[in-house]
Amino acid sequence: MENNTAAKYNMREFLAFTGSNLLEDGKSVFVGTGLPMIAGILAQKTHAPHLLIVFEAGGVGPILPELPISVGQALTCYRGIAATSMHDVMSAGQAGYIDYGFLGGAQVDMYGNINTTCIGDHAMPKVRLPGSGGANDIASFTHKTIIIVGSQSKRTFVNKVDFLTTPGYLSGPGAREKAGLPLATGPYRVITQLAVYGFDDKTKGMKLISLHPGVSLEEVRDNSSFDIIIPEKYGTSPVPTERDLEILRKDIDPTGMLIGK
Amino acid sequence: MEVLHEGLGELVGWHDPDENREFVLHNKSRELKDKTMTASEAVASFVKNGDFIASGGFGHIRVSMNIVYEIIRQRKHDLTMAGKTAVHDLDLLVGNGCVNKVEVAYSFGHEVRGLSPASRRMVESGKCEVIGEISNAGYQWRFLAGMMGIPFIPSRNLLGTDTGKYSSCKVVKDPFSGKPINLIPAAYPDVAFIHVHRCDIYGNCQIDGIMIEDFELARCARKLIITTEEIIDNEVIRREPWRTVIPFYVVDGVVEQPFGSHPCELHGKYFFDEEHIAEWLSLSKTDAGVQDYAKKYIYSVSDFNEYLELCGGINKIEFLVKREAMRVPLVTPWRK
Repeated sequence: MENNTAAKYNMREFLAFTGSNLLEDGKSVFVGTGLPMIAGILAQKTHAPHLLIVFEAGGVGPILPELPISVGQALTCYRGIAATSMHDVMSAGQAGYIDYGFLGGAQVDMYGNINTTCIGDHAMPKVRLPGSGGANDIASFTHKTIIIVGSQSKRTFVNKVDFLTTPGYLSGPGAREKAGLPLATGPYRVITQLAVYGFDDKTKGMKLISLHPGVSLEEVRDNSSFDIIIPEKYGTSPVPTERDLEILRKDIDPTGMLIGK
Repeated sequence: MEVLHEGLGELVGWHDPDENREFVLHNKSRELKDKTMTASEAVASFVKNGDFIASGGFGHIRVSMNIVYEIIRQRKHDLTMAGKTAVHDLDLLVGNGCVNKVEVAYSFGHEVRGLSPASRRMVESGKCEVIGEISNAGYQWRFLAGMMGIPFIPSRNLLGTDTGKYSSCKVVKDPFSGKPINLIPAAYPDVAFIHVHRCDIYGNCQIDGIMIEDFELARCARKLIITTEEIIDNEVIRREPWRTVIPFYVVDGVVEQPFGSHPCELHGKYFFDEEHIAEWLSLSKTDAGVQDYAKKYIYSVSDFNEYLELCGGINKIEFLVKREAMRVPLVTPWRK
């Protein structure tokens, strides 16, 4: 899509917009660093002014004037309702107060399990990544987890993650409950540069919900190591309006540090 | 209680609660006494080679960087560090060979600024060992159990994952609900260092903004170094005792160091020094660059004030203060 000269937005803007669309007004969301943060702010500035944004380091309910660089900086409680602690917000999550968790991932499998720990062997990794951070907690506790994978390919949509950092549906139906994770939790949506996916109620496998404009089914299939469930009916992802783009570029990320210029 | 799974991670910093009570009885003074000292004295007195250390704050937020630099300056080694969203502090300490074991919740990255070349190189070449994985809440709750003086705390995260499998937690059958539950072992770091907005000479501390994990970390650490932007009179503490987040009896040393978190942010006071962070991220791409950085900013200066001068002195400080107040625009020189 980035090569499409007719497109008036870049892929990162589109991902942020698509993420923001999934968040409902009057609900609560844990947002992580990067695109999830932008999606949360955009939702707050458009259709979800009463979205309760919660940061894992203790910022609760800020009205964000600009994009924080870190999930701990002062802006994360700017005009907020509380500046508290990780124990407080993580406990709120564990007790069921946080509706959405919004995460990024380096590798994802068909059950929405995420790897952000290492590529290759754990003891002597080819690439050492930062680890769970708050992701394992957020995906364990929130009612619905949303995952953004910026570049869907056979390398990022894998049959088996090198390291299962953060729980999706683990090995399939019933596995989360069997492991002791809170009931009725788990991945809800996966957003990539190609499409939006959900999970099949029965098999808990990843299922197409909508293709982004101009993307074909072949592209979706060719860029995954596992079989994505393609239902008879699927949609086309909505595109951002001029107003959405203006808010993204002028208000949220004026330096273009995350969405690019 | 039936144990269902045992984590493979090394159990670091755990003590039998009675053993720790014994330590507290003999080593943590309840006497109101002046604990002020220099960073150099604090590190020399409290940080021993081989210790398990934990740094307060989170990411690049309210980190006691003056103690981090001092640990490097005194060439401490074989330290194990709590990677509790440890970012710049851990990157410098691993990159400079002080820390060679990490229990990781979040490490080797600089959030949106990118991955940490120096500490990643040390891990990928086997010079720094990851002794266990855990999550942010998991680490927080290790400290919570330590603070409470109990051996573990039950939780519902880490279950079913490799993060749990490579942690030092155990999964048991909960005798109340009958469901599997994760048990997070208590942590008692040998030494912790926490930067605060203000405290008195005894170590009674006030922090503006989020506490992150420092309420718990302060109370479970065996030795605690407080670094503070300013020393205030004990009368100020007593006027508003509800503002005291860390009480003196858990504190071992108090170091007054204005702008002591630079290049990290201090809520409401000063912003990240993005230029300095970018310089480190760029230099640390090679081992020689790591040495150049340490030579310039750590070994060639005698204390943190000299370092601040090198970083741009009062002009830079003024800019960072204005940036925190959003009176000047953000700069992001680490962007490719």
